[in-house]
Amino acid sequence: MVTMNSEADKTQATNASSTAAPPKTDCTSSNSSDPLAVAIPEPQSATAVVGGGGGGVAPGTATPSPTPLSNGSNNDTGSSVSPAATGAGAGTVATAASAPAAAAAGTTSASPPASNPTTDSTSTASVVGAKTAAATTTSSSSATSSSTAAAGSKQSGSSGGLLTVSGNHHHHHHAHPQQSAAGQSAAQPPQPPTATALAVPSASHHQRGGKNEDAPNILVYKKMEAIIEKMQAESTGVAVRTVKAFMSKVPSVFTGADLVAWILKNFDVEDVTEALHFAHLLSSHGYIFPIDDHALTVKNDGTFYRFQTPYFWPSNCWEPENTDYAVYLCKRTMQNKTRLELADYEAENLAKLQKMFSRKWEFIFMQAESQSKVAKKRDKLERKVLDSQERAFWDVHRPMPGCVNTTEIDIKKAYRRGGSSHGTGSAGASLAKNPVEQLTRIIALRKQKLERRTIKVSKAAEALVAYYDQYNEFDYFITSPELPNPWQTDSTEMWDTEKNSKEVPVRRVKRWAFSLRELLNDAIGREQFTKFLEKEYSGENLKFWESVQEMKALPQSEIKEAIQKIWQEFLAPEAPCPVNVDSKSVELAREAVNSPSGPNRWCFDVAASHVYHLMKSDSYSRYLRSDMYKDYLNCSRKKIKSIPNLFGVKR
Amino acid sequence: MSEAAVPASNANANATEKMASLVREAENLKTKLEEERQKLNDVNLSNIAERLEQIAYVNIKPRKVLKGHQAKVLCTDWSPDKRHIISSSQDGRLIIWDAFTTNKEHAVTMPTTWIMACAYAPSGNFVACGGLDNKVTVYPITSDEEMAAKKRTVGTHTSYMSCCIYPNSDQQILTGSGDSTCALWDVESGQLLQSFHGHSGDVMAIDLAPNETGNTFVSGSCDRMAFIWDMRSGHVVQSFEGHQSDVNSVKFHPCGDAIATGSDDSSCRLYDMRADREVAVFAKESIIFGVNSVDFSVSGRLLFAGYNDYTVNLWDTLKSERVCLLYGHENKVSCVQVSPDGTALSTGSWDYTIRVWA
Repeated sequence: MVTMNSEADKTQATNASSTAAPPKTDCTSSNSSDPLAVAIPEPQSATAVVGGGGGGVAPGTATPSPTPLSNGSNNDTGSSVSPAATGAGAGTVATAASAPAAAAAGTTSASPPASNPTTDSTSTASVVGAKTAAATTTSSSSATSSSTAAAGSKQSGSSGGLLTVSGNHHHHHHAHPQQSAAGQSAAQPPQPPTATALAVPSASHHQRGGKNEDAPNILVYKKMEAIIEKMQAESTGVAVRTVKAFMSKVPSVFTGADLVAWILKNFDVEDVTEALHFAHLLSSHGYIFPIDDHALTVKNDGTFYRFQTPYFWPSNCWEPENTDYAVYLCKRTMQNKTRLELADYEAENLAKLQKMFSRKWEFIFMQAESQSKVAKKRDKLERKVLDSQERAFWDVHRPMPGCVNTTEIDIKKAYRRGGSSHGTGSAGASLAKNPVEQLTRIIALRKQKLERRTIKVSKAAEALVAYYDQYNEFDYFITSPELPNPWQTDSTEMWDTEKNSKEVPVRRVKRWAFSLRELLNDAIGREQFTKFLEKEYSGENLKFWESVQEMKALPQSEIKEAIQKIWQEFLAPEAPCPVNVDSKSVELAREAVNSPSGPNRWCFDVAASHVYHLMKSDSYSRYLRSDMYKDYLNCSRKKIKSIPNLFGVKR
Repeated sequence: MSEAAVPASNANANATEKMASLVREAENLKTKLEEERQKLNDVNLSNIAERLEQIAYVNIKPRKVLKGHQAKVLCTDWSPDKRHIISSSQDGRLIIWDAFTTNKEHAVTMPTTWIMACAYAPSGNFVACGGLDNKVTVYPITSDEEMAAKKRTVGTHTSYMSCCIYPNSDQQILTGSGDSTCALWDVESGQLLQSFHGHSGDVMAIDLAPNETGNTFVSGSCDRMAFIWDMRSGHVVQSFEGHQSDVNSVKFHPCGDAIATGSDDSSCRLYDMRADREVAVFAKESIIFGVNSVDFSVSGRLLFAGYNDYTVNLWDTLKSERVCLLYGHENKVSCVQVSPDGTALSTGSWDYTIRVWA
């Protein structure tokens, strides 16, 4: 419930702050605010510092991570403080938050992309805290999201109180974004350089909070989430249980084998491989995760997996900051349990971050410490689940070396949606603002379509099937070639013979009969056809057509001259090589050639296509019936026959 | 209400009224169109294809892996010589490979990252490329130093250049852009020969019609449409709708009378230009990721489609069935292309590699 409220708040906040900010952004911005609020409550002295102004700003950024710390006990402070911040005190706090944003963006304006990044930085903090909130909330209200329920249900009892608390925090925080955004352009305390440095380099051009519901990543996330929900269905889903291990209990897990079996049963996947791949994708996007492995993948065995809480789902568009990551890693070092020990790469990352954030490391440390304290108060099993979910979250956003970062999106899509730091949205966006023009276009296109004369689907389908009938023996993926495919055998024999041999293989000659286009596409075919036409005293047709094609391929600077040449040679009244074109086409060509704007490369197109059809319906069919073609075909056939039949159809 | 406000509100009302009537008209036309097309929709393609034998097995395996890029591979193109491949990457590099030996023959570093498109000239002597720099740049294929020195910018868009092809000549380049237009450029002078306005979203892909005149091409866009254009007039001559999300890829069927599309809605579709409608949809419940790239086998029977789920699916276009799945890439498959002689398939991926399958 609490979470819901906060949701509403967020939206409001965002709306108020930046007009352009689409719904998604909210989550980020709200998150960002969280950290601050959280940070503030915790060690009160710290808060003071934040408020303190210039110097304090840096902490603001750094602090973001704290979230979870807002536990029951702190809660009071948190809630009281944050409202204050929102209100009168907002000045300081808000600015702190916004300042980094501005710095990152390099602009004073509160453009959504700009502000978001900053928010991100903070967001992590919120992430952690929020996570707790979400996890708890969900578990308590099992109906809402089954996933959490599955994961967290076991510990719901104890967590209840906590949840509410964190939820509260959430709540308060939301108010902040508003201020921060609003106050952004206003006087900002001097920016500590670190703040800028923080602004997640990696996430800089990511889609800011999936502004569009139809953004490609969101589209996929929604589909995956629908599947995850099915998986978590009470009786028909994947069975989640608590396993008794040697000395302890492993809560809320299922095995990889169970998961793969479920996918096989419930999806139209072909085999285990595909099911496993499908599971792997769900995992690499962070929806399910192995309980003690940083590599987000699924094995078809007894390995245990757990569902991620919806709060951490990638559709929430987390773009956590390095500071948040630092707090998280730092926190992990405080939990001296072997299962929580940092992996080598994490230790390296921590060292790097420590260097990077040396100035505010104290804050990061404090955040971590408070989060850790909160965590220690939790129920043991609940902690196990939460810890693993948080870890999985970071495994998605800061993947282990060698693992795919699935949150990266295509820059084209990010760019288009205006979420890129590389530029603003493109024409698509502007056009969307002009729906009248867009509709008018659609109407014109549909009218055009209505006027078009079409054939029956059966006719078109027959033609496509007939095309396959004709070409299947040339399709290397369907019929194996007479000479071995170079890629399959590592022998270039096929290419070499093609290049060097004087003989034209029969299959090539056969192809000439498929269409005039095939014949002309083959250099030897074209040569043969030219000879044939010469014999028939109609060589000028092909010559004209070829000249037009060649002219069209010329650079613009040579076009004019070439056009004149063609006109003089083939079409002009005293042309030495007149082509047999109807007077209408000649007129069109004449107009084009003499057009005041200068002739263009397409000026002979009508005449050329007229000639082409003439050749196709007349000379070409006669060529195919001619002895010349038949002899050529037989000649190549004989040569092929001398070799044993190498080309059999393989199916 | 002030006096000034009254006309304004009237204008608003008028605008709303106009919009409503436009929406109505568009809807009416759609209904009418569907009725018209339905009259001719006498049978399914897959019914006609029933007489064909099922493709039980396609002998296709990974044959080469080209490693060398240090970031996502965004685009590849086969050389007309059937064995070289050019690739462009997010790392800002352009690499020319002898795919057969897997050797890198040339590497050029561009001043931009995210080179989204690259293309071989028909002669095989030049390559064109571009991306986030909004430009299309041409390089002669010579020595590495000379390549960089002799590069030439041919055209500039107002947003990223997403795709480029040479339409039958080294002297022209056709580009598609995030500015929602396509453009035909004269290579020598950089002159804009024709521009193509009509899409209301980013153009993601273009393909040249394989017909004798080479005057038509197809484009796919984030407005979910595919358009057939006449290069001479610059006009849309045919349009296809149906996809539920961005159209990322378009390809002509080798017969030239149909096109295939791949979309973020995780489906591929086959549109026939003669019937002027969609004749097949290639989708499955278990396929939930978007399609980035499609290409046909020589006979048009197989459609290779590269997905964001790291796989390549082979579709039987006539029976509308999936034939098989190619696993191997470890990240999104950004581009697929059948080699010019149809002997192999190249795939480029965000996992930094290019693979050749045959």
